[in-house]
Amino acid sequence: MLSEQIQTKINRELKKYPADQKQSAVMSALRFVQDEKGWIHSDDMADIAGFLGMPKIAVYEVATFYHMYNLKPMGRHTLTVCTNLPCTLGGANDTLAYLESKLGIGMNEVTADGKYGIKEGECMGACKDAPVLTLNNKKLCGNLSHEKIDQILAELDKS
Amino acid sequence: MINIEIDGKQVVTEPGSSVLDAAWKAGIHIPHFCYHKKLSIAASCRMCLVEVVKAPKPLPACATPVTEGMKVLTHSEMAIKAQKGVMEFLLINHPLDCPICDQGGECMLQDIAVGYGGSDSRYQEEKRIVMHKDVGELISTMEMSRCIQCTRCVRFGQEIAGMMELGMANRGEKAEIMSFVNSSVDSELSGNMIDLCPVGALTSKPFRYTARSWELSRYKSVSPHDGMGSNLSIHVKNNKVMRVTPSRNEAVNECWLSDKERFSYQGLNSPERLTKPMLKQDGKWLEVEWPVALEYVANGLRDITQNGGAAQLGALATPHSTLEELYLLQKLMKGIGSENVDFRLRQADFSADGKRAGAPWLGMQIDDINNLDRLLIVGSFLRKDHPLLAHRVRQAVKKGAQLNILHSVDDDLLCPVANKQVVKPDELLDQLLQILQALKVASGTTSAHSEISGAATSIAQSLAGGQRVAILLGNFAQQHPLAAQIAVVAENIASLSKASFGYLGEAANSVGGYIAKAIPGNNGLNASQMLVAPRKAYLLLNVEPELDLQDPQQAIAAVSSAAMVVALSAYKHQAQAYADVQLPISAFTETSGSFINTEGRVQSFKGSVKPLGDARPAWKVLRLLGNLMNVPGFTYDSSEAVRDELLSGTPLAERLNNHLDLPLPTQAVKAAATGLQRVAEVPIYTADALVRRSTALQKTSDAATPVVSMHGSELVKLGVASGNTVNVVQNGVAVPLKIVADDKLPAGVARVPAGHPATALLGAMFGNITVERS
Repeated sequence: MLSEQIQTKINRELKKYPADQKQSAVMSALRFVQDEKGWIHSDDMADIAGFLGMPKIAVYEVATFYHMYNLKPMGRHTLTVCTNLPCTLGGANDTLAYLESKLGIGMNEVTADGKYGIKEGECMGACKDAPVLTLNNKKLCGNLSHEKIDQILAELDKS
Repeated sequence: MINIEIDGKQVVTEPGSSVLDAAWKAGIHIPHFCYHKKLSIAASCRMCLVEVVKAPKPLPACATPVTEGMKVLTHSEMAIKAQKGVMEFLLINHPLDCPICDQGGECMLQDIAVGYGGSDSRYQEEKRIVMHKDVGELISTMEMSRCIQCTRCVRFGQEIAGMMELGMANRGEKAEIMSFVNSSVDSELSGNMIDLCPVGALTSKPFRYTARSWELSRYKSVSPHDGMGSNLSIHVKNNKVMRVTPSRNEAVNECWLSDKERFSYQGLNSPERLTKPMLKQDGKWLEVEWPVALEYVANGLRDITQNGGAAQLGALATPHSTLEELYLLQKLMKGIGSENVDFRLRQADFSADGKRAGAPWLGMQIDDINNLDRLLIVGSFLRKDHPLLAHRVRQAVKKGAQLNILHSVDDDLLCPVANKQVVKPDELLDQLLQILQALKVASGTTSAHSEISGAATSIAQSLAGGQRVAILLGNFAQQHPLAAQIAVVAENIASLSKASFGYLGEAANSVGGYIAKAIPGNNGLNASQMLVAPRKAYLLLNVEPELDLQDPQQAIAAVSSAAMVVALSAYKHQAQAYADVQLPISAFTETSGSFINTEGRVQSFKGSVKPLGDARPAWKVLRLLGNLMNVPGFTYDSSEAVRDELLSGTPLAERLNNHLDLPLPTQAVKAAATGLQRVAEVPIYTADALVRRSTALQKTSDAATPVVSMHGSELVKLGVASGNTVNVVQNGVAVPLKIVADDKLPAGVARVPAGHPATALLGAMFGNITVERS
């Protein structure tokens, strides 16, 4: 079942769309679930489908289309590293290797304590800051050097 | 109209049509995969790229609307280069497994690759692999690597079946067609996805690897199931029906088939088929030759006629029998002197007999349904009873029609319903009267404001506001104990709202039975009376009494006490317990015959295969019986001669009439409302003898063992929870069934399906029923 907070948030979102086009709120609904639980279980997708009156597979299509949605637990802090061309030219491979060695995990893996996860990302529209990563899909960090990564991780370690 | 030029040919076409449509009209074929006439346009496969003069790059013909003076080249250098390029891309990830692919020989990709592709591929790298899926018993998805992402199956689910069960998950090169977390595809129209799939990704699970398409001979036939009369193409190899596909008929089934029509053929080759005439001697069944069996039957019938009178004979036939069979059965009975013939096995109310102006029918053409703007459907399990008709209703609703429902259950019709009133079965008539009253008040013909429910008022308003309106009575309304009164009121509502009024035919020959006069003659007994007052002898044509009749308890008691029961059937069934003779008759693919569908369309077909074993077409068996009994006029040498005799005289169109010469009931007499009332549908895959024996359909979720469903408050009253097993009791016989809460049902109702072996010991489909804790 969707929590009451999520339902309230979806209901608020629904006000933006015509009453017969409730499925417009599907991306927001998926986001709310991920914000609360960290990832989206297929049961949650089924609940969203029921809530918005749309086919379950249609919710699944959306959830699997966008890389921002976590379809498995990705740690409390998910670091999504862009691996598209401009970032790769800007040194994304090195960024990724450094991150992996620091955290001791590979791409699309989670640390044993469930704190960190590294995810493969697609272009985030900030190529001038290449290489870039996003923190939990919310915060964009660019011009990544080893020092900058250390700094980001140190800050996260505190939380 | 718009003038365009395609490959130098002048084409005049309607504004808004696509280049592909226009080319098709001009007889020019443009290759395509994702485009389908009945589906929305995706333009995703790019196979239909053509050159449009002055356009800088090739355009997809399916998604390019025609404009005045447009010049299209489908074979120019640019077009050919584009087609070749697209073909090469499509084949990059497509496995080269045509020799072992079930689609081989009838594959669009194969054909178009030969016509438009290169002879070899430049692609050297690894092909992508898509894991197989499991979507149920009908569609095989074992080779999803073959998928070319045309999304026809997805669009079919969304637009035609009304439920999106397949979708395209992931994206880019990881995109794949799948169902939600391996759930099964449960639509009753799902088999059409197999036809739609242009490659071998979705194949027919029951048919797979049993034949190659070029080994099959194809014969035209007509579906023996619901009242639609869908046109079939029967595929035969070595005198065995291997599969069934639709035969296109825009006026009837378009290019679709319901799963029932598509997969029921498995029952034709069932091990339960009766292949030898059999006689019961001292409690043991003996195989005999036809002359012996027929002589035995003739002697038995003569014996009973002489000792008890011909009125002691009764004949029952299913409405799935052909027109010729029904006609000869009644002619035989009436020739012997018995007027007791009936095919309306699940009907409870026969008070309209003798008051009908003609045979009850749809009241319009099937393809008119798509253009209705207001509908009132009374008492119909629409989706399961008439899957393709339900699809037409959905198309009408999609175009803006208002669908109004009056019924005792609230099943999902997969389309928006404008107004619905869900009431107990005994309140159905009262609700109809309220709608009629509301219409009268609105038109000012009466001011008498008796109590009118809100729903009745809105339904009346909806009907009054339409231009093309129809009132249709479903199976439930026709089987209702007050069916005649319901029909009278519905007819009055129709005339007040200038609507057409009709019946949704339950079976392939629900109209044909009337035309064949397979109904009791003067003083004859109808299907119900023949069982209430048991006869000494019964002739059963295709009938399985415990499943096909309104009241199985009564039916079994009657046939068990009879001195002689002759079962003409394609199957060995429960008749072995009570019958004296079993005569093996042909299934519909093994005989010639005709069905008159619900819109009054006579459709004749020829046999596709030879009868199995010693089975013989029922019309020939009945003709021989007629000869043996010395009934005059049994000299037919073909089924066509039978058909021509019964259709001669008054044109068929004049014999169809829904008018009832009965007084309009002023007030519904309500039975004292005590206890639970039974609401019984006939589950889709146990509705007739053939489909009961389709092994694949029997494994689908629609064929699951029936449960009793009731409103949650009734469960609380009983002190049981959903999933518990309870005893369902009718006339002292208890049947254990699982109970499920369904809060969409009205209180005071127990929904217990009929026509299923699990409930065959129960009584009538309507009336009181008891549910007890077990």
